[in-house]
Amino acid sequence: MSGPAGAPLDPLSPAAVTTVGRRRRLRPVAPRPWRRPLALAGLAVIAAWVVIAIFAPVIASQNPLAQKFAILGAPSAAHWFGTDELGRDVFSRVLFGARITLPLAVILIIAAMIIGAVIGGIAGYFGGWVDNVLMRVADLVFAFPGIILALAIAAALGPQLRNAVIAVVFVSWPSYARLVRSLVLSARSAQYVVASRLLGASGPRILFTDIRPNAAGPVLVLAALDIGNAVLLLSGLSFLGLGAQPPTAEWGAMVAEGAQNFNDWWVGLFPGLAILSVVLAFNFIGDALRDMLDPRTARAVRL
Amino acid sequence: MSTASAAAPAAPRPRRGARHRDLRRFLLQRIGTGLVLCIGITLVAFIVTHLVPGDPAAANLGQRAIGDPAAVAAFRRQYGLDRPLPVQYVVYLKDLLHGNLGISEQSHRPVLADLEQYVPATIELALFAIVLSLIIGIGLGIVAAVYRNRWPDQLIRIVTLGGVSMPVFWIALVAFYLFFFKLGWLPGGGRLDPTQNAPTHLTGMFTVDAAVHGQWTLLASALRHLLLPGLVLAIYTVGMLTRFTRASMLEIMGNDYVRAARLKGLPEHVVILRHVLRPALVSIITVAGVAFGSLLSGTVLVENIFSWPGIGQYAYRSAVNLDLPAIMGVSLFVALVYIVVNLVVDLLYGVIDPRIRLS
Repeated sequence: MSGPAGAPLDPLSPAAVTTVGRRRRLRPVAPRPWRRPLALAGLAVIAAWVVIAIFAPVIASQNPLAQKFAILGAPSAAHWFGTDELGRDVFSRVLFGARITLPLAVILIIAAMIIGAVIGGIAGYFGGWVDNVLMRVADLVFAFPGIILALAIAAALGPQLRNAVIAVVFVSWPSYARLVRSLVLSARSAQYVVASRLLGASGPRILFTDIRPNAAGPVLVLAALDIGNAVLLLSGLSFLGLGAQPPTAEWGAMVAEGAQNFNDWWVGLFPGLAILSVVLAFNFIGDALRDMLDPRTARAVRL
Repeated sequence: MSTASAAAPAAPRPRRGARHRDLRRFLLQRIGTGLVLCIGITLVAFIVTHLVPGDPAAANLGQRAIGDPAAVAAFRRQYGLDRPLPVQYVVYLKDLLHGNLGISEQSHRPVLADLEQYVPATIELALFAIVLSLIIGIGLGIVAAVYRNRWPDQLIRIVTLGGVSMPVFWIALVAFYLFFFKLGWLPGGGRLDPTQNAPTHLTGMFTVDAAVHGQWTLLASALRHLLLPGLVLAIYTVGMLTRFTRASMLEIMGNDYVRAARLKGLPEHVVILRHVLRPALVSIITVAGVAFGSLLSGTVLVENIFSWPGIGQYAYRSAVNLDLPAIMGVSLFVALVYIVVNLVVDLLYGVIDPRIRLS
């Protein structure tokens, strides 16, 4: 993980003076969104999906659960994405799927972020054996290929969408814990923290009021890069039958229905494209954010 | 671990003695931490699978037997589920020391035998995919870094971001539909054609076995069967490796020695390959190690779609049936892979950059 975890340079230290070369200025480069068409496209796609999720009942032509059309009908004027094996309108189901995937993705990434930040913050601030124990646990979870651990958890808790979310949170928190720990470690000896401590601030106060604002940026970038993976993992669990249960219109579960009727390609193709578009959009945004915040890759000198 | 015995010969040559001592100490240390990791992973797997409400008896006994308390009790006694959890775990560890991973509750065979059967298929698939990803990923990464911010770079950026955004289960289905069902170019599943028998057993990896024994038609068939699942698996890791190769090469290109190499008139390809790519490889192989782990994740989904009889399908079946000994066995396999991959990555550091000492 090459997180932007370097210690913030003290502008007066000799190191800062030498690394900040002649042509580079100390002022951070202002984000210029128009220079980043991919990020803009990503934002547009996410905004479109949010609108679709909110207004799905208005936009969708049919009830996503209504089984009243021809079975496995090919895409047509009446059913843009065709109908599935129970005679439901695939287009409406894809639109309604946004109401499940988008909120869950946000919820689970926030949960993973909070859990990881608390654990990483505690580990970094207290150090010693607390740090050792917490980070070894994080390493263990990290070492597991995500889906195998999530599979075991989701299967053990029972096949339900809620349990799949829990499973994804369980495998996602360690990267946040690692990042926050390294940020706290590098901030612990920074002058503003030392000053705060000399003023008599308590540990929790220093963590929450002094360090948290400075750690927020990198953590949000990680979240932006990670949310796509979380969506993939969640829909993968649903695809395997361990997440959303029928008749819920969830994209991963819909691809699984397509797998059973792969002769009728439209059943699985469109929900998969929906997943791809959301994940790709999040990754465009995350990639641009990382480029903006990571000076090494953003401003590498080219001769 | 065969690496350990091969790498620590009894009589090192005098001049290189220090180096060998370093290597031996390094390997011993690695085996030590590896053992700790194995125990830790079995503990995590044990806690996760035993402290949750799922009931293995319910998942594995038939409808009639569930209603019969005696049958349920017999099942629980047979698999040791009636004893307190810490006792169960200690018993598991003790059996493990004797190479006994327990009996699978669904296949009624020793878990070790199941693993022996399924692991080679997955290793073969994962190795094929990682080699493919390294070649394509590093290649694309070089092009992207050389043409930084020009159209080839932008194109590669979009393609690779697409790769890491692709739901693997979906692209697997699309590939299956297109190349098997519609075009008929490639076989749709399994490791060989239904009429073919496995090559003479040596490693269990069909391509290797067939090549070693000169069974060329089998080799061709095994490769054709590998191609589709391997490519699908590689899509994600190619994206990962390309992006990382580009980033670490760009970081290195800013160095003064690269400018010096150009100024003294070295051809551009020499500068890129020898002065930029080679130092970048150190961080690229770190990511390749991580990529291998994510390949294993991918196998769970891809093996299910291409009916590849490997550990991914086995893990899925075990999890769904709450086959606890099998889940524990899969976890151990995963831990072993993690340890071996990290060891290989660390040893490769020394090969790529001789200045890196094993410590």
